[in-house]
Amino acid sequence: MTNTITAGNRGQHARGDCFVSFEPAASGKLDIEINSSVQQLYGNTIKNLAHQVFGLFGLTSGRVLIEDTGALDFVLAARIEACITQAIETKKSFLGEMLQENCYSSQKNRMRLSRLYLPGNSPKMMINAGVHQPNAIILDLEDSVAVSKKREARFLVRNALRQIDFLGAERMVRINQLPMGLDDLPQVIPHNVHVILIPKCESAETVHQINQEIARINAADKTEREVFLMPIIESSKGIFNAAEIAGSADNIVAITIGLEDFTADIGVKRTFEGTESFYARSHLVNICKCHNIQAIDSVFSDVGNMDALAQTIRHSKSIGFEGMGCIHPRQIPIIHAGYSPDPADIDKAKKIVLAFDEATKNGLGVVSLGSKMIDPPVVERAQQTIDQAVTLNILSENWRAENV
Amino acid sequence: MSERSFVINEAGRKVPSIVNGQAQVPYKGVGKHRPTGRKYGVPIATCADYPADGNKLLPNLKEALLKAGLKNGMTLSTHHHFRDGDVIAQLVFEIAAELGIKDLIWAPSASFPCHKPIIEHLLNGVIHHIEGSMNSSLGTFCSEGKMSGVGVLRSHGGRYQAIQDGELHIDIAIIAAPAADTFGNANGLNGPAACGQLGYALADAEYADCVIVVTDNLVPFPCMPMEIKGNNVDYTVLVEQVGIPEKIMSGTTKVTKSPDRLLLAELTARFCDEAKLIHDGFSYQAGAGGTALAISDYFSKSLTQKNLKARFAHGGSNASLVRMLEEGVLDYILDDQAFDLAGIQSIAQNSNHINTSPFNSYNYHGKGNFSSLLDVVILGATEVDVDFNANVVTHSDGLLAHGIGGWQNCLFGKCVILPVPLFRNRIPVVRDQVTTLCGPGELIDVVVTERGIAINPRRQDLLAAVKGSSLPIKPIEELKEIAEKICGKPADLSPTGDVTAIVKWVDGTVLDVVWRVG
Repeated sequence: MTNTITAGNRGQHARGDCFVSFEPAASGKLDIEINSSVQQLYGNTIKNLAHQVFGLFGLTSGRVLIEDTGALDFVLAARIEACITQAIETKKSFLGEMLQENCYSSQKNRMRLSRLYLPGNSPKMMINAGVHQPNAIILDLEDSVAVSKKREARFLVRNALRQIDFLGAERMVRINQLPMGLDDLPQVIPHNVHVILIPKCESAETVHQINQEIARINAADKTEREVFLMPIIESSKGIFNAAEIAGSADNIVAITIGLEDFTADIGVKRTFEGTESFYARSHLVNICKCHNIQAIDSVFSDVGNMDALAQTIRHSKSIGFEGMGCIHPRQIPIIHAGYSPDPADIDKAKKIVLAFDEATKNGLGVVSLGSKMIDPPVVERAQQTIDQAVTLNILSENWRAENV
Repeated sequence: MSERSFVINEAGRKVPSIVNGQAQVPYKGVGKHRPTGRKYGVPIATCADYPADGNKLLPNLKEALLKAGLKNGMTLSTHHHFRDGDVIAQLVFEIAAELGIKDLIWAPSASFPCHKPIIEHLLNGVIHHIEGSMNSSLGTFCSEGKMSGVGVLRSHGGRYQAIQDGELHIDIAIIAAPAADTFGNANGLNGPAACGQLGYALADAEYADCVIVVTDNLVPFPCMPMEIKGNNVDYTVLVEQVGIPEKIMSGTTKVTKSPDRLLLAELTARFCDEAKLIHDGFSYQAGAGGTALAISDYFSKSLTQKNLKARFAHGGSNASLVRMLEEGVLDYILDDQAFDLAGIQSIAQNSNHINTSPFNSYNYHGKGNFSSLLDVVILGATEVDVDFNANVVTHSDGLLAHGIGGWQNCLFGKCVILPVPLFRNRIPVVRDQVTTLCGPGELIDVVVTERGIAINPRRQDLLAAVKGSSLPIKPIEELKEIAEKICGKPADLSPTGDVTAIVKWVDGTVLDVVWRVG
């Protein structure tokens, strides 16, 4: 019997996915069988796509079975390619059209209140991720992908970056811990990824290695892509070296902490109060502020308990964090509300900004509000609060006019 | 299947003019068909033929069916009060098979996955065809063209209308009841198989030639309240079990945890808020299903926050609706079926939780019904097209999968909203044309999807009401295009030409056809 190569997912929970089996043959024709939940409506579409992918790689013989549960084209193509590339050595890639909608860029200081984690080998959660309006989505190649599925997940994540419209969310990928993570980069860097999340980051060296690989990929393609980095600190060593990490490269936009691994590393239990990680978190906030980058808190894992999430955010915001990762879309509105400026903050910020406008108009170098002098950093901070409130739709863009 | 003549009805659908030997009226438009004549009349009975002591108890169901004169070609009805926990329908046809009876017509008020064994009786000729709903395996069986006759799909109100008008003549009604006395008085409130109400059997009790009440909980006369009146009942039977209690509770009574569906619920509730549909004295249809339940919870919050009260909700009752009633956010629940234990207990105890039937709520051939009084109606759909027509019975591949339930009847509400995902497992929900027409677009006002809300252009008032809001209002054509951009354009499936079932409109006319799948 010939060797059968497979890729993808099947079974009860594999909705919107497919499982591809390929038996290469030295001669004869290419026989493609489709067994799909959408056979009537898309059977021919699927078959044509499969022929295109096999054609690109020059395979004309063998038996293919595609067991499909409503996979979109980007999923089908990723699974088929993951199969083919096990059978042959190739430098080719089957790249679906890069959606025009996906060609936007990001900024270093853009708002990152919420980042939605999407398991890198599960298409069904990716497709509608954007409609929940997180500030960012994270296609995860690390912990949510089984070791045996790492390879095929790269194809899926690459295709998702090209063909899913995340509706304006910042596009992030969490690569694997180094050295494996370096092999993830060629599959994501060319496809308009905005931020690379670096898991278990413990030193500046890790950041340098990643930047070198990004530079190499850019040089090979003769393009200059701006890619931001967000190291994740998950160990005592990482916390100890946080300053070194934060200062290691200009393209670091934020640092976050992973509390599950961190508490395991220091040998304690993670509690709801978080006393055991208070030092680490507070230290991290301080380092981030010192380097003018964002401090982002660890994910909250009890997805059923929104009250506890809100409470955790209140504490998190009070010690200086500016956002949080999330693992369920329903956490997004709670996170946005929790980290947003409250009405009193906005009111105060408005007064400061108006006072600054007034001072500028009158050619005054000094801004004052009532009898109080206002320092430039305070004005800057007030402006940030206003910008954030406008972005979050809790303050009108024309607030100055409406304020009169 | 024999040759038939077809006509094009007012909705532009090709429909047969004769079905199962019965002449049919093609759909003429909403409110256009005006039947004449009088309602169906049952034969006159006399007390002299019934036991003076009121004891109509027979030893078993077989004997009752024999006494009822069970013979080839008769129409037998059962009801879905026990939902997936029904055991009586299967028992009835086992007995019929054992007696060698053929060509029966089964007229259930709804069918559930538990009715899969009925397929055997369709195959061996005991049952000729089904007039009612056909779900899951029965639906597949029917749409593959394996049923001897043509299925007739009706709404809950349509079933009442058809029985009352004599379109659907029932020879023997077998009413399974959680509590009954030997005279035949029965209700659904007490006993191991307590299910709430028995309203779907009321038409049968009134209009069937012969009525058998089957119970596993015989109480001394009088069984109160007597929702089914013993005066309409011919025979009573005691069996070991009428329904499996744990399967009576519908699986659709839990608020959804799916983030996409919760988003739909939230958008729907926001739409109702922004369009100012929620006001003091508000009324709405509280459906089953996770999304509808989540919406009901949003309504409850919104009413509480604004210190408003809803006058009535039409159920499907469940724990969350009962909580609203008890907290005083809601004055009345008008309820056709209780979906959970809280609903059952409430209807037994709370005088503001009212037992209503398809006659009150849905019957189109009456002097009004409740559904047109509803301010907001939230319904599901398998497909919606760019003319706002909707399908609720077949999937896009043509396979019959769901019953109509009260869906068609509720379309007469003042604002009908369909929260639907834009696509399901690659299959677009918003399409050029629905596979099977169940609800005319002129009655459907709003389609809410996770990627945009479409308002029927006939509802300029609603369009004006939400103008300038932050809601993602889009033309329905745009929603269709977004769906096709994500999923790809589905293949056009032309009908095979073989009719497997017809879809009746609320007035008994033929709205569309379920064609045999290719």
